[in-house]
Amino acid sequence: MRNIFALWKKELSLFFVSPIAYVVLTIFLLLTGFFFRSIVVRVVEFSIQEMIQAQQFGGPPPARDYAQDVLRAFFGVLSTMILFLMPMLTMGVFADEKRRGTIELLLTSPVTHWQIILGKFLASVTFYMVMLLPTGVYALFAYRYSEPKFMWRPVLSGYLGILLLGTVLISIGIFISSLTENQIIAAVTTFAVFIILWVIDFAAQGTGVISEAMQYLSVLNHYDDFAKGVIDTKSLVFYGSLILLGLFLTSTSVESLRWRE
Amino acid sequence: MIQVEHLTKRYGNTLAINDVTFDVKKGEILGFLGPNGAGKTTTMRILSGFIPATDGKARVSGYDVFEQPLEVKRRIGYLPENPPLYQELSVDSFLTFVAQIRGVKSEQISDRLEAVKEQCGLEDMGSRLIKYLSKGYRQRVALAQALIHDPDVLILDEPTVGLDPKQIIEVRELIKRLAGEHTIILSSHILPEVSMTCQRVVIINNGRVVATDTPENLKTTLAGSNQVQIEFRGDMDGVRRALASLGHLKSVRPESTSANAAVLRVEVEPGFDERADMARAVVQSGADLLELKTTGPSLEDIFLKLTTEESGIEA
Repeated sequence: MRNIFALWKKELSLFFVSPIAYVVLTIFLLLTGFFFRSIVVRVVEFSIQEMIQAQQFGGPPPARDYAQDVLRAFFGVLSTMILFLMPMLTMGVFADEKRRGTIELLLTSPVTHWQIILGKFLASVTFYMVMLLPTGVYALFAYRYSEPKFMWRPVLSGYLGILLLGTVLISIGIFISSLTENQIIAAVTTFAVFIILWVIDFAAQGTGVISEAMQYLSVLNHYDDFAKGVIDTKSLVFYGSLILLGLFLTSTSVESLRWRE
Repeated sequence: MIQVEHLTKRYGNTLAINDVTFDVKKGEILGFLGPNGAGKTTTMRILSGFIPATDGKARVSGYDVFEQPLEVKRRIGYLPENPPLYQELSVDSFLTFVAQIRGVKSEQISDRLEAVKEQCGLEDMGSRLIKYLSKGYRQRVALAQALIHDPDVLILDEPTVGLDPKQIIEVRELIKRLAGEHTIILSSHILPEVSMTCQRVVIINNGRVVATDTPENLKTTLAGSNQVQIEFRGDMDGVRRALASLGHLKSVRPESTSANAAVLRVEVEPGFDERADMARAVVQSGADLLELKTTGPSLEDIFLKLTTEESGIEA
Protein backbone atom coordinates (compact mmCIF):
# COMPACT_ATOMS: atom_id res chain seq x y z
CA MET A 1 0.00 0.00 0.00
CA ARG A 2 2.83 2.34 0.95
CA ASN A 3 4.62 1.53 -2.29
CA ILE A 4 1.51 2.21 -4.36
CA PHE A 5 1.12 5.53 -2.58
CA ALA A 6 4.76 6.49 -3.26
CA LEU A 7 4.41 5.56 -6.93
CA TRP A 8 1.09 7.40 -7.16
CA LYS A 9 2.60 10.53 -5.67
CA LYS A 10 5.63 10.46 -7.97
CA GLU A 11 3.44 9.91 -11.01
CA LEU A 12 1.15 12.80 -10.09
CA SER A 13 4.02 15.18 -9.46
CA LEU A 14 5.43 14.23 -12.88
CA PHE A 15 2.00 14.92 -14.40
CA PHE A 16 1.88 18.37 -12.90
CA VAL A 17 5.36 19.37 -14.03
CA SER A 18 4.82 18.22 -17.60
CA PRO A 19 3.52 20.71 -20.15
CA ILE A 20 1.27 18.06 -21.72
CA ALA A 21 -0.89 17.93 -18.62
CA TYR A 22 -1.50 21.66 -18.73
CA VAL A 23 -2.17 21.60 -22.47
CA VAL A 24 -4.73 18.84 -21.98
CA LEU A 25 -6.34 20.64 -19.03
CA THR A 26 -6.54 23.95 -20.88
CA ILE A 27 -7.93 22.49 -24.10
CA PHE A 28 -10.42 20.45 -22.11
CA LEU A 29 -11.72 23.39 -20.10
CA LEU A 30 -11.81 25.76 -23.07
CA LEU A 31 -13.76 23.31 -25.21
CA THR A 32 -16.15 22.23 -22.47
CA GLY A 33 -16.81 25.90 -21.69
CA PHE A 34 -17.44 26.67 -25.34
CA PHE A 35 -19.75 23.69 -25.83
CA PHE A 36 -21.64 24.31 -22.60
CA ARG A 37 -22.36 27.85 -23.74
CA SER A 38 -23.51 26.82 -27.23
CA ILE A 39 -25.70 24.04 -25.79
CA VAL A 40 -27.34 26.50 -23.39
CA VAL A 41 -27.93 29.00 -26.20
CA ARG A 42 -29.44 26.34 -28.41
CA VAL A 43 -31.73 24.90 -25.73
CA VAL A 44 -32.89 28.40 -24.75
CA GLU A 45 -33.71 29.26 -28.38
CA PHE A 46 -35.51 25.97 -28.75
CA SER A 47 -37.55 26.50 -25.57
CA ILE A 48 -38.57 30.01 -26.67
CA GLN A 49 -39.67 28.59 -30.01
CA GLU A 50 -41.73 25.94 -28.27
CA MET A 51 -43.35 28.52 -26.01
CA ILE A 52 -44.26 30.77 -28.94
CA GLN A 53 -45.73 27.79 -30.78
CA ALA A 54 -47.73 26.83 -27.69
CA GLN A 55 -49.11 30.39 -27.40
CA GLN A 56 -49.97 30.54 -31.09
CA PHE A 57 -51.89 27.29 -30.97
CA GLY A 58 -53.34 28.08 -27.56
CA GLY A 59 -52.09 24.92 -25.87
CA PRO A 60 -50.31 24.69 -22.49
CA PRO A 61 -46.54 25.26 -22.53
CA PRO A 62 -44.68 21.97 -23.04
CA ALA A 63 -43.60 20.18 -19.85
CA ARG A 64 -39.95 19.81 -20.57
CA ASP A 65 -36.95 19.77 -18.24
CA TYR A 66 -34.69 22.10 -20.18
CA ALA A 67 -31.91 22.06 -17.60
CA GLN A 68 -31.82 18.29 -17.92
CA ASP A 69 -31.59 18.62 -21.73
CA VAL A 70 -28.60 20.89 -21.34
CA LEU A 71 -26.81 18.52 -19.01
CA ARG A 72 -27.50 15.42 -21.09
CA ALA A 73 -26.14 17.09 -24.20
CA PHE A 74 -23.20 18.29 -22.17
CA PHE A 75 -22.34 14.76 -20.99
CA GLY A 76 -22.42 13.67 -24.63
CA VAL A 77 -19.85 16.36 -25.45
CA LEU A 78 -17.67 15.31 -22.51
CA SER A 79 -17.50 11.72 -23.73
CA THR A 80 -16.36 12.82 -27.20
CA MET A 81 -13.82 15.16 -25.71
CA ILE A 82 -12.11 12.55 -23.56
CA LEU A 83 -11.86 10.33 -26.62
CA PHE A 84 -9.50 12.90 -28.10
CA LEU A 85 -7.68 13.97 -24.96
CA MET A 86 -7.18 10.72 -23.07
CA PRO A 87 -4.51 9.32 -25.43
CA MET A 88 -2.39 12.38 -24.63
CA LEU A 89 -2.72 11.68 -20.95
CA THR A 90 -1.82 7.99 -21.04
CA MET A 91 0.72 7.90 -23.87
CA GLY A 92 3.70 8.52 -21.62
CA VAL A 93 2.72 6.42 -18.62
CA PHE A 94 4.99 3.49 -19.47
CA ALA A 95 6.51 4.60 -22.78
CA ASP A 96 8.28 7.53 -21.15
CA GLU A 97 9.50 5.34 -18.31
CA LYS A 98 11.08 3.03 -20.90
CA ARG A 99 12.59 5.87 -22.89
CA ARG A 100 14.25 7.40 -19.83
CA GLY A 101 15.45 4.02 -18.60
CA THR A 102 13.72 4.60 -15.28
CA ILE A 103 11.73 1.40 -15.83
CA GLU A 104 15.00 -0.29 -14.83
CA LEU A 105 14.90 1.64 -11.56
CA LEU A 106 11.32 0.58 -10.86
CA LEU A 107 11.80 -3.06 -11.80
CA THR A 108 14.96 -3.44 -9.70
CA SER A 109 13.29 -1.94 -6.63
CA PRO A 110 11.48 -4.17 -4.16
CA VAL A 111 8.04 -3.43 -5.56
CA THR A 112 5.76 -5.78 -7.49
CA HIS A 113 4.44 -5.20 -11.01
CA TRP A 114 0.98 -4.73 -9.66
CA GLN A 115 2.13 -2.00 -7.31
CA ILE A 116 3.78 -0.17 -10.19
CA ILE A 117 0.74 -0.55 -12.43
CA LEU A 118 -1.79 0.41 -9.77
CA GLY A 119 0.27 3.42 -8.69
CA LYS A 120 0.37 4.68 -12.25
CA PHE A 121 -3.26 3.81 -12.97
CA LEU A 122 -4.56 5.54 -9.85
CA ALA A 123 -2.44 8.61 -10.59
CA SER A 124 -3.95 8.87 -14.07
CA VAL A 125 -7.46 8.46 -12.65
CA THR A 126 -6.71 11.14 -10.05
CA PHE A 127 -5.53 13.52 -12.73
CA TYR A 128 -8.63 12.77 -14.76
CA MET A 129 -10.81 13.59 -11.74
CA VAL A 130 -8.97 16.86 -11.30
CA MET A 131 -9.70 17.53 -14.96
CA LEU A 132 -13.42 16.83 -14.53
CA LEU A 133 -13.83 18.78 -11.31
CA PRO A 134 -14.05 22.30 -12.79
CA THR A 135 -16.88 21.21 -15.10
CA GLY A 136 -19.00 20.85 -11.97
CA VAL A 137 -19.25 24.63 -12.11
CA TYR A 138 -21.47 24.28 -15.18
CA ALA A 139 -23.83 21.95 -13.35
CA LEU A 140 -23.99 24.43 -10.45
CA PHE A 141 -24.65 27.19 -12.97
CA ALA A 142 -27.47 25.21 -14.58
CA TYR A 143 -28.90 24.53 -11.12
CA ARG A 144 -28.74 28.18 -10.07
CA TYR A 145 -30.69 29.46 -13.10
CA SER A 146 -33.10 26.62 -13.75
CA GLU A 147 -36.73 26.95 -12.70
CA PRO A 148 -38.03 24.61 -11.34
CA LYS A 149 -34.82 23.22 -9.85
CA PHE A 150 -33.70 19.99 -11.50
CA MET A 151 -32.81 16.81 -9.67
CA TRP A 152 -29.19 16.08 -8.83
CA ARG A 153 -29.43 12.34 -9.36
CA PRO A 154 -28.94 12.32 -13.17
CA VAL A 155 -26.06 14.76 -12.81
CA LEU A 156 -24.28 12.57 -10.27
CA SER A 157 -24.93 9.39 -12.22
CA GLY A 158 -23.75 11.20 -15.37
CA TYR A 159 -20.50 12.04 -13.62
CA LEU A 160 -20.19 8.45 -12.41
CA GLY A 161 -20.66 7.37 -16.04
CA ILE A 162 -18.09 9.78 -17.45
CA LEU A 163 -15.67 8.77 -14.69
CA LEU A 164 -16.08 5.07 -15.48
CA LEU A 165 -15.85 5.62 -19.23
CA GLY A 166 -12.67 7.66 -18.76
CA THR A 167 -11.21 5.04 -16.44
CA VAL A 168 -11.79 2.36 -19.07
CA LEU A 169 -9.94 4.52 -21.58
CA ILE A 170 -7.12 5.08 -19.07
CA SER A 171 -6.65 1.37 -18.46
CA ILE A 172 -6.58 0.63 -22.20
CA GLY A 173 -4.28 3.60 -22.83
CA ILE A 174 -1.83 2.51 -20.13
CA PHE A 175 -1.71 -0.97 -21.67
CA ILE A 176 -0.89 0.44 -25.09
CA SER A 177 1.72 2.73 -23.56
CA SER A 178 3.43 -0.31 -22.03
CA LEU A 179 3.93 -1.84 -25.49
CA THR A 180 6.25 0.81 -26.88
CA GLU A 181 8.86 3.31 -25.80
CA ASN A 182 7.65 5.90 -28.30
CA GLN A 183 4.99 8.23 -26.90
CA ILE A 184 3.72 9.26 -30.34
CA ILE A 185 3.18 5.65 -31.40
CA ALA A 186 1.41 5.04 -28.11
CA ALA A 187 -0.86 8.07 -28.59
CA VAL A 188 -1.76 7.25 -32.20
CA THR A 189 -2.45 3.58 -31.45
CA THR A 190 -4.54 4.48 -28.40
CA PHE A 191 -6.53 6.94 -30.44
CA ALA A 192 -7.14 4.34 -33.16
CA VAL A 193 -8.38 1.83 -30.60
CA PHE A 194 -10.71 4.42 -29.06
CA ILE A 195 -12.12 5.24 -32.48
CA ILE A 196 -12.90 1.56 -32.97
CA LEU A 197 -14.69 1.55 -29.62
CA TRP A 198 -16.78 4.51 -30.80
CA VAL A 199 -17.45 2.90 -34.19
CA ILE A 200 -18.88 -0.16 -32.46
CA ASP A 201 -21.62 2.19 -31.29
CA PHE A 202 -22.66 2.88 -34.91
CA ALA A 203 -22.64 -0.85 -35.67
CA ALA A 204 -25.00 -1.25 -32.73
CA GLN A 205 -27.79 0.67 -34.49
CA GLY A 206 -30.60 -1.47 -35.82
CA THR A 207 -31.90 -4.87 -34.82
CA GLY A 208 -30.68 -8.44 -35.02
CA VAL A 209 -28.28 -10.58 -33.03
CA ILE A 210 -25.15 -8.75 -34.16
CA SER A 211 -26.40 -5.30 -33.33
CA GLU A 212 -27.62 -6.54 -29.99
CA ALA A 213 -24.19 -7.96 -29.24
CA MET A 214 -22.65 -4.70 -30.44
CA GLN A 215 -25.02 -2.79 -28.24
CA TYR A 216 -23.72 -4.66 -25.25
CA LEU A 217 -20.11 -4.14 -26.34
CA SER A 218 -20.51 -0.45 -27.07
CA VAL A 219 -18.90 1.66 -24.39
CA LEU A 220 -21.12 4.60 -25.32
CA ASN A 221 -24.38 2.68 -25.12
CA HIS A 222 -23.74 1.93 -21.46
CA TYR A 223 -22.71 5.51 -20.93
CA ASP A 224 -26.08 6.81 -22.18
CA ASP A 225 -27.84 5.03 -19.32
CA PHE A 226 -25.72 6.88 -16.80
CA ALA A 227 -26.41 10.22 -18.46
CA LYS A 228 -30.14 9.47 -18.18
CA GLY A 229 -29.80 8.86 -14.48
CA VAL A 230 -29.96 5.08 -14.65
CA ILE A 231 -27.26 3.17 -12.79
CA ASP A 232 -27.48 -0.31 -14.24
CA THR A 233 -25.52 -3.14 -12.59
CA LYS A 234 -24.94 -4.55 -16.06
CA SER A 235 -23.13 -1.36 -17.08
CA LEU A 236 -21.11 -1.28 -13.86
CA VAL A 237 -19.99 -4.87 -14.48
CA PHE A 238 -19.22 -4.05 -18.11
CA TYR A 239 -17.02 -1.07 -17.29
CA GLY A 240 -15.46 -2.86 -14.34
CA SER A 241 -14.46 -5.83 -16.46
CA LEU A 242 -13.00 -3.63 -19.20
CA ILE A 243 -10.89 -1.78 -16.61
CA LEU A 244 -9.65 -5.08 -15.17
CA LEU A 245 -8.92 -6.42 -18.64
CA GLY A 246 -6.76 -3.39 -19.42
CA LEU A 247 -4.88 -3.77 -16.14
CA PHE A 248 -4.29 -7.49 -16.65
CA LEU A 249 -3.01 -6.93 -20.17
CA THR A 250 -0.67 -4.26 -18.79
CA SER A 251 0.59 -6.66 -16.16
CA THR A 252 1.32 -9.29 -18.82
CA SER A 253 3.06 -6.70 -20.96
CA VAL A 254 5.24 -5.45 -18.09
CA GLU A 255 6.13 -9.02 -17.16
CA SER A 256 7.09 -9.84 -20.76
CA LEU A 257 9.21 -6.68 -20.87
CA ARG A 258 11.70 -8.39 -18.57
CA TRP A 259 11.96 -11.33 -20.94
CA ARG A 260 12.37 -9.21 -24.03
CA GLU A 261 14.97 -6.78 -22.69
CA MET B 1 27.81 -12.53 -0.27
CA ILE B 2 27.16 -13.05 -3.96
CA GLN B 3 27.37 -16.44 -5.62
CA VAL B 4 26.89 -16.81 -9.34
CA GLU B 5 26.85 -20.32 -10.74
CA HIS B 6 26.76 -21.33 -14.39
CA LEU B 7 24.70 -18.30 -15.37
CA THR B 8 23.60 -18.35 -19.00
CA LYS B 9 21.47 -15.88 -20.92
CA ARG B 10 20.30 -16.58 -24.42
CA TYR B 11 18.65 -14.10 -26.80
CA GLY B 12 17.25 -16.13 -29.65
CA ASN B 13 20.29 -17.92 -30.97
CA THR B 14 22.91 -15.65 -29.45
CA LEU B 15 24.42 -16.34 -26.07
CA ALA B 16 24.84 -13.07 -24.23
CA ILE B 17 26.56 -14.81 -21.35
CA ASN B 18 27.62 -18.40 -21.21
CA ASP B 19 28.27 -20.40 -18.03
CA VAL B 20 29.42 -17.45 -15.93
CA THR B 21 30.56 -18.46 -12.45
CA PHE B 22 32.13 -16.27 -9.76
CA ASP B 23 31.58 -15.20 -6.20
CA VAL B 24 32.11 -12.06 -4.19
CA LYS B 25 32.98 -11.98 -0.51
CA LYS B 26 31.51 -9.56 1.98
CA GLY B 27 33.08 -6.11 1.83
CA GLU B 28 34.99 -6.84 -1.34
CA ILE B 29 35.13 -4.74 -4.51
CA LEU B 30 34.96 -6.98 -7.52
CA GLY B 31 35.87 -5.59 -10.90
CA PHE B 32 34.00 -6.83 -13.90
CA LEU B 33 36.22 -6.22 -16.84
CA GLY B 34 35.57 -6.78 -20.50
CA PRO B 35 35.23 -5.06 -23.82
CA ASN B 36 31.89 -3.58 -24.86
CA GLY B 37 29.34 -6.28 -25.60
CA ALA B 38 31.11 -8.88 -23.48
CA GLY B 39 28.07 -9.51 -21.28
CA LYS B 40 28.83 -7.28 -18.31
CA THR B 41 25.53 -5.42 -18.37
CA THR B 42 23.57 -8.63 -18.95
CA THR B 43 25.16 -10.24 -15.90
CA MET B 44 24.46 -7.20 -13.76
CA ARG B 45 20.87 -6.96 -14.94
CA ILE B 46 20.31 -10.57 -14.01
CA LEU B 47 21.84 -10.03 -10.56
CA SER B 48 19.68 -6.97 -9.96
CA GLY B 49 16.56 -8.91 -10.93
CA PHE B 50 15.76 -6.78 -13.97
CA ILE B 51 15.92 -9.70 -16.40
CA PRO B 52 15.74 -13.44 -15.75
CA ALA B 53 18.54 -15.82 -16.74
CA THR B 54 18.04 -18.67 -19.18
CA ASP B 55 19.97 -21.03 -16.97
CA GLY B 56 22.07 -21.09 -13.84
CA LYS B 57 21.79 -19.78 -10.31
CA ALA B 58 22.54 -16.50 -8.60
CA ARG B 59 22.33 -15.78 -4.89
CA VAL B 60 22.68 -12.50 -3.05
CA SER B 61 23.02 -12.56 0.77
CA GLY B 62 21.75 -16.13 0.66
CA TYR B 63 18.58 -15.28 -1.29
CA ASP B 64 17.98 -16.71 -4.72
CA VAL B 65 17.61 -13.96 -7.32
CA PHE B 66 14.91 -15.88 -9.20
CA GLU B 67 12.96 -17.33 -6.32
CA GLN B 68 13.04 -14.46 -3.79
CA PRO B 69 13.45 -11.41 -6.03
CA LEU B 70 11.94 -8.94 -3.55
CA GLU B 71 14.31 -10.01 -0.76
CA VAL B 72 17.24 -9.63 -3.14
CA LYS B 73 16.08 -6.26 -4.46
CA ARG B 74 15.80 -4.95 -0.89
CA ARG B 75 19.51 -5.70 -0.39
CA ILE B 76 20.82 -4.40 -3.70
CA GLY B 77 21.62 -0.91 -4.83
CA TYR B 78 21.82 -0.88 -8.60
CA LEU B 79 23.27 1.82 -10.80
CA PRO B 80 22.42 1.05 -14.42
CA GLU B 81 24.64 2.19 -17.25
CA ASN B 82 22.29 5.04 -18.13
CA PRO B 83 21.46 6.85 -14.90
CA PRO B 84 17.71 6.32 -14.33
CA LEU B 85 16.58 9.79 -13.35
CA TYR B 86 13.34 11.72 -13.51
CA GLN B 87 14.63 14.96 -15.02
CA GLU B 88 11.68 17.05 -13.87
CA LEU B 89 12.01 16.18 -10.19
CA SER B 90 14.29 17.88 -7.72
CA VAL B 91 17.16 15.89 -6.22
CA ASP B 92 15.38 15.70 -2.86
CA SER B 93 12.02 14.58 -4.18
CA PHE B 94 13.64 12.03 -6.46
CA LEU B 95 15.70 10.53 -3.64
CA THR B 96 12.69 10.57 -1.31
CA PHE B 97 10.67 8.65 -3.88
CA VAL B 98 13.41 6.07 -4.33
CA ALA B 99 13.77 5.73 -0.55
CA GLN B 100 10.05 5.04 -0.27
CA ILE B 101 9.92 2.33 -2.91
CA ARG B 102 13.09 0.74 -1.50
CA GLY B 103 11.36 0.36 1.83
CA VAL B 104 13.18 2.95 3.97
CA LYS B 105 11.00 3.69 7.02
CA SER B 106 9.29 7.09 6.84
CA GLU B 107 10.96 8.41 9.98
CA GLN B 108 14.41 7.48 8.64
CA ILE B 109 14.02 8.96 5.18
CA SER B 110 15.29 12.45 5.99
CA ASP B 111 18.32 11.02 7.81
CA ARG B 112 19.16 8.76 4.90
CA LEU B 113 18.67 11.63 2.49
CA GLU B 114 21.20 13.78 4.36
CA ALA B 115 23.61 10.86 4.67
CA VAL B 116 23.71 9.96 0.97
CA LYS B 117 23.82 13.59 -0.10
CA GLU B 118 26.88 14.05 2.08
CA GLN B 119 28.46 10.83 0.80
CA CYS B 120 27.96 11.84 -2.81
CA GLY B 121 28.74 15.55 -2.44
CA LEU B 122 25.22 16.74 -3.16
CA GLU B 123 24.66 18.81 -0.02
CA ASP B 124 23.75 22.03 -1.81
CA MET B 125 21.86 20.41 -4.66
CA GLY B 126 18.75 19.20 -2.83
CA SER B 127 16.27 21.62 -4.31
CA ARG B 128 17.77 21.70 -7.81
CA LEU B 129 15.87 20.04 -10.63
CA ILE B 130 17.82 17.09 -11.99
CA LYS B 131 17.58 18.37 -15.56
CA TYR B 132 19.63 21.45 -14.63
CA LEU B 133 22.50 19.41 -13.16
CA SER B 134 25.74 18.70 -15.00
CA LYS B 135 26.51 15.16 -16.12
CA GLY B 136 28.87 14.62 -13.22
CA TYR B 137 26.25 15.66 -10.68
CA ARG B 138 23.61 13.51 -12.36
CA GLN B 139 25.92 10.54 -11.98
CA ARG B 140 26.25 11.38 -8.29
CA VAL B 141 22.47 11.52 -7.94
CA ALA B 142 22.28 8.12 -9.64
CA LEU B 143 24.86 6.79 -7.19
CA ALA B 144 22.97 8.35 -4.26
CA GLN B 145 19.85 6.59 -5.54
CA ALA B 146 21.66 3.25 -5.33
CA LEU B 147 22.84 4.00 -1.76
CA ILE B 148 19.67 5.47 -0.29
CA HIS B 149 18.43 2.27 1.40
CA ASP B 150 21.91 1.39 2.68
CA PRO B 151 22.09 -1.87 0.73
CA ASP B 152 24.50 -4.71 1.50
CA VAL B 153 25.41 -5.02 -2.15
CA LEU B 154 26.13 -2.33 -4.72
CA ILE B 155 26.04 -3.15 -8.40
CA LEU B 156 27.56 -0.37 -10.46
CA ASP B 157 27.46 -0.61 -14.23
CA GLU B 158 30.17 1.59 -15.75
CA PRO B 159 29.90 4.22 -13.02
CA THR B 160 32.48 6.59 -14.51
CA VAL B 161 31.52 6.48 -18.15
CA GLY B 162 31.09 9.91 -19.70
CA LEU B 163 32.60 11.85 -16.82
CA ASP B 164 35.53 14.24 -17.00
CA PRO B 165 38.86 13.15 -15.43
CA LYS B 166 38.31 15.10 -12.21
CA GLN B 167 34.86 13.63 -11.76
CA ILE B 168 36.17 10.15 -12.53
CA ILE B 169 38.72 10.44 -9.74
CA GLU B 170 36.04 11.65 -7.34
CA VAL B 171 33.68 8.81 -8.16
CA ARG B 172 36.48 6.26 -7.77
CA GLU B 173 37.43 7.70 -4.38
CA LEU B 174 33.80 7.52 -3.35
CA ILE B 175 33.53 3.87 -4.42
CA LYS B 176 36.69 2.97 -2.50
CA ARG B 177 35.28 4.61 0.60
CA LEU B 178 32.09 2.59 0.27
CA ALA B 179 33.92 -0.74 0.28
CA GLY B 180 34.03 -2.61 3.55
CA GLU B 181 30.54 -1.57 4.55
CA HIS B 182 29.14 -2.61 1.20
CA THR B 183 30.01 -5.42 -1.15
CA ILE B 184 30.55 -3.91 -4.57
CA ILE B 185 30.52 -5.21 -8.11
CA LEU B 186 31.79 -2.67 -10.56
CA SER B 187 31.93 -3.10 -14.30
CA SER B 188 34.25 -1.28 -16.60
CA HIS B 189 36.01 -1.54 -19.88
CA ILE B 190 38.77 0.70 -18.60
CA LEU B 191 41.66 -1.26 -17.14
CA PRO B 192 43.29 1.29 -14.85
CA GLU B 193 39.95 1.91 -13.23
CA VAL B 194 39.57 -1.72 -12.24
CA SER B 195 43.16 -2.22 -11.13
CA MET B 196 42.95 0.96 -9.06
CA THR B 197 39.69 0.33 -7.27
CA CYS B 198 39.15 -3.42 -7.16
CA GLN B 199 40.56 -6.17 -4.99
CA ARG B 200 39.57 -8.85 -7.44
CA VAL B 201 38.93 -8.87 -11.15
CA VAL B 202 36.71 -11.03 -13.29
CA ILE B 203 37.62 -10.71 -16.93
CA ILE B 204 34.78 -11.51 -19.25
CA ASN B 205 34.83 -11.77 -23.01
CA ASN B 206 32.22 -13.01 -25.46
CA GLY B 207 30.00 -13.94 -22.55
CA ARG B 208 32.58 -16.17 -20.88
CA VAL B 209 34.71 -15.65 -17.80
CA VAL B 210 38.29 -15.87 -18.98
CA ALA B 211 40.07 -15.11 -15.72
CA THR B 212 39.35 -14.37 -12.05
CA ASP B 213 42.06 -13.13 -9.71
CA THR B 214 43.56 -10.16 -7.92
CA PRO B 215 45.03 -7.54 -10.24
CA GLU B 216 48.53 -8.41 -8.93
CA ASN B 217 48.13 -12.17 -9.33
CA LEU B 218 46.72 -11.74 -12.78
CA LYS B 219 49.86 -9.93 -13.71
CA THR B 220 52.13 -12.74 -12.53
CA THR B 221 50.21 -15.91 -13.24
CA LEU B 222 48.75 -14.96 -16.57
CA ALA B 223 51.85 -13.40 -18.00
CA GLY B 224 53.53 -16.82 -17.94
CA SER B 225 56.66 -15.33 -16.36
CA ASN B 226 58.04 -12.11 -14.92
CA GLN B 227 60.75 -10.16 -16.50
CA VAL B 228 63.63 -8.39 -14.82
CA GLN B 229 65.69 -5.71 -16.44
CA ILE B 230 69.30 -5.36 -15.30
CA GLU B 231 71.45 -2.37 -16.18
CA PHE B 232 75.17 -2.64 -15.41
CA ARG B 233 78.59 -1.41 -16.38
CA GLY B 234 81.16 -4.11 -17.10
CA ASP B 235 81.81 -7.31 -19.02
CA MET B 236 78.71 -8.61 -20.74
CA ASP B 237 79.88 -12.22 -21.10
CA GLY B 238 81.07 -12.34 -17.47
CA VAL B 239 77.66 -11.20 -16.23
CA ARG B 240 75.82 -13.66 -18.47
CA ARG B 241 77.95 -16.53 -17.19
CA ALA B 242 77.29 -15.50 -13.60
CA LEU B 243 73.53 -15.37 -14.22
CA ALA B 244 73.54 -18.71 -16.03
CA SER B 245 74.63 -20.40 -12.80
CA LEU B 246 71.38 -19.31 -11.10
CA GLY B 247 68.22 -21.44 -11.17
CA HIS B 248 64.66 -20.53 -12.19
CA LEU B 249 65.68 -18.31 -15.08
CA LYS B 250 64.00 -19.00 -18.40
CA SER B 251 66.05 -16.80 -20.65
CA VAL B 252 68.68 -14.06 -20.60
CA ARG B 253 69.07 -11.79 -23.55
CA PRO B 254 70.91 -8.56 -24.07
CA GLU B 255 68.69 -5.60 -24.66
CA SER B 256 71.25 -2.92 -25.45
CA THR B 257 74.93 -2.23 -24.98
CA SER B 258 76.79 1.05 -25.05
CA ALA B 259 80.19 2.30 -23.90
CA ASN B 260 79.27 2.86 -20.28
CA ALA B 261 76.19 0.67 -19.68
CA ALA B 262 74.55 -2.55 -20.85
CA VAL B 263 71.03 -3.79 -20.32
CA LEU B 264 69.98 -7.42 -19.98
CA ARG B 265 66.43 -8.69 -19.95
CA VAL B 266 65.95 -11.78 -17.82
CA GLU B 267 62.81 -13.87 -17.85
CA VAL B 268 62.14 -15.56 -14.50
CA GLU B 269 59.89 -18.60 -14.02
CA PRO B 270 56.53 -17.63 -12.55
CA GLY B 271 56.25 -17.60 -8.79
CA PHE B 272 59.96 -17.05 -8.08
CA ASP B 273 61.70 -13.92 -6.94
CA GLU B 274 65.35 -14.12 -7.98
CA ARG B 275 66.19 -10.44 -7.73
CA ALA B 276 68.53 -10.70 -4.70
CA ASP B 277 70.50 -13.59 -6.18
CA MET B 278 70.78 -11.83 -9.51
CA ALA B 279 72.10 -8.65 -7.91
CA ARG B 280 74.69 -10.63 -5.99
CA ALA B 281 75.73 -12.55 -9.13
CA VAL B 282 76.21 -9.37 -11.14
CA VAL B 283 78.29 -7.72 -8.44
CA GLN B 284 80.36 -10.87 -7.81
CA SER B 285 81.16 -11.12 -11.53
CA GLY B 286 82.97 -7.80 -11.14
CA ALA B 287 80.49 -5.55 -12.93
CA ASP B 288 78.85 -2.43 -11.46
CA LEU B 289 75.13 -2.87 -10.94
CA LEU B 290 73.32 0.32 -11.96
CA GLU B 291 69.69 -0.72 -11.89
CA LEU B 292 67.59 -3.83 -11.37
CA LYS B 293 63.82 -3.73 -11.77
CA THR B 294 60.88 -5.99 -12.55
CA THR B 295 59.02 -5.11 -15.69
CA GLY B 296 55.89 -7.24 -15.44
CA PRO B 297 53.38 -6.87 -18.22
CA SER B 298 50.65 -4.41 -17.35
CA LEU B 299 47.08 -5.52 -16.84
CA GLU B 300 46.44 -3.89 -20.18
CA ASP B 301 48.70 -6.44 -21.87
CA ILE B 302 46.97 -9.29 -20.08
CA PHE B 303 43.60 -7.97 -20.99
CA LEU B 304 44.49 -7.57 -24.61
CA LYS B 305 46.17 -10.96 -24.65
CA LEU B 306 43.24 -12.68 -22.99
CA THR B 307 40.61 -11.17 -25.14
CA THR B 308 42.45 -11.62 -28.42
CA GLU B 309 43.41 -15.21 -27.56
CA GLU B 310 39.83 -15.94 -26.66
CA SER B 311 38.43 -14.58 -29.89
CA GLY B 312 41.19 -16.48 -31.71
CA ILE B 313 39.74 -19.72 -30.34
CA GLU B 314 36.23 -18.70 -31.29
CA ALA B 315 37.28 -17.98 -34.87
